Amino acid sequence: MTTNAFLQYCLTGISIGGIYALIAIGYTMVYGILRLINFAHGDIFMMAAYFMIFSMVNFALPWYVAIIVVITATVILGVTIERIAYKPLRSAPRMSIMISAIGVSYFLQNVATYLFSALPKPYPAIGFLTKIISFGGISTSVVTFITPILTLAFVFILMQLINHTKIGMAMRAVSKDFETSQLMGIKINRVISFTFVIGCFLAAIGSVLYFTPRPSVYPLAGSLPGLKCFIAAVFGGIGSVPGAVLGGFIIGLSETFIKAAGYSEFSDVFTFILLIVILLIKPTGLFGEKITEKV
Amino acid sequence: MSNILEIKNLVVSYGGIEAVKGINMVVPEGEIVTLIGANGAGKSTTLKSISGLVKPKQASILYKGKEIVGQSPDFIVSQGITLVPEGRRVFPNLTVLENLKIGAYLRKDNLKDDLEYVFTLFPRLREREWQMAGTLSGGEQQMLAVGRALMSRPKVIMMDEPSLGLAPLVVKDIFNIIQTINKEGITVLLIEQNANMALKIAHKAYVIETGTITMEGTGDELLANEEIKQAYLGKTK
Repeated sequence: MTTNAFLQYCLTGISIGGIYALIAIGYTMVYGILRLINFAHGDIFMMAAYFMIFSMVNFALPWYVAIIVVITATVILGVTIERIAYKPLRSAPRMSIMISAIGVSYFLQNVATYLFSALPKPYPAIGFLTKIISFGGISTSVVTFITPILTLAFVFILMQLINHTKIGMAMRAVSKDFETSQLMGIKINRVISFTFVIGCFLAAIGSVLYFTPRPSVYPLAGSLPGLKCFIAAVFGGIGSVPGAVLGGFIIGLSETFIKAAGYSEFSDVFTFILLIVILLIKPTGLFGEKITEKV
Repeated sequence: MSNILEIKNLVVSYGGIEAVKGINMVVPEGEIVTLIGANGAGKSTTLKSISGLVKPKQASILYKGKEIVGQSPDFIVSQGITLVPEGRRVFPNLTVLENLKIGAYLRKDNLKDDLEYVFTLFPRLREREWQMAGTLSGGEQQMLAVGRALMSRPKVIMMDEPSLGLAPLVVKDIFNIIQTINKEGITVLLIEQNANMALKIAHKAYVIETGTITMEGTGDELLANEEIKQAYLGKTK
């Protein structure tokens, strides 16, 4: 492998890794607060892609307006799902809410099939994002180049929000103790909704970045990326935002290099092997907190 | 003096089992009132009902003459009733300073004076301002829990077993602080298994047994009562 090719693959890997990171944050944050694996998250990501098609193709909106519409619609979808499918189960056993999440996932896939048919729909091209730029012997599309930059910028803002604002402090408190948080006067439902807002916002951004270089969207398009990002979150230590980001980048890079080495069919297998290995060796993930049951 | 809290016919049931079976009590403004009783008698449930965490089956709870049953916990905190929960329950992943700030979550004004006040009451907390609350000792956590509750500028502070699991010297400190807070004009509703200590500082006391109030009087009256001595103070005739 030449140096140029190596750098090219690195860039591709970091770029796809950045997208995985954005989606993995949604899994990890919801888990951190509700102890729920939101299986519908990958399908929310898929719905965001259809929102983009609608805004740009059906309503012929310019891309910058379309992105705002997509983000808004995705956030509304996510918060609505939380209200309808998860909130009523707040005091139910953990298993019930997880099954509800699986139900929502299938629901979204089937609604998408019903509304948009199972046939792949072409994803609109955003002119400047698909432009090819070359520097130092590497040529790549703008989207591949800006994805990791955007990812790191959002992660930085998110960390500031979590660690240095009042709502961030409330999120950390609610993630530890619902009841005591209520005693502080925190409206926990608001904090939970806010968590979904962040997760869906990042999933919407991730969706635009993910589908732009890809030709089409179909109702199951969110399920495999969703699973991979879930694995990224588990790998990094579910509940930890930096962990999810690192997990996303690691999976993106290894996937790309496996493909580069000529084992394309094997790249997804590798991701799942990674899940099994991490669960066997370090079940709490790289940055996960130990869960100690207090008696 | 007027009653800041009046609890009338409080009934709470968990899944069909009545934990509290129609208790009546009053908390006069500016006093220390204690509710003593054994494990599972319904003490914590009573406090949780007042703070809105538990929805009673039936009850009337008047705070300054206004009904607060059915209100959300955040509304009740905003009105000036705060609860220091059993087992401290500080946020281990937040710093000491953040724990204090979160106690004032609903307030939008400047917290500087209040932080200063809490740090004067508990100098140990100032030293550990930047430490994660999870790394504090049990006594320090209890101080933090009390300090956190004070940050909401309460009129009534309810404490659920503040002496639980603490060394005798620390317990003494905590009880001194309770009296200090009370002298500043904050009404205290204290529940304790350590009946001896609680009765000594209480102006008014109630005894709760399996969900029913069985006795009431001033702290001194109950301290002198033979039945109380036998059942709660470990003294024989």
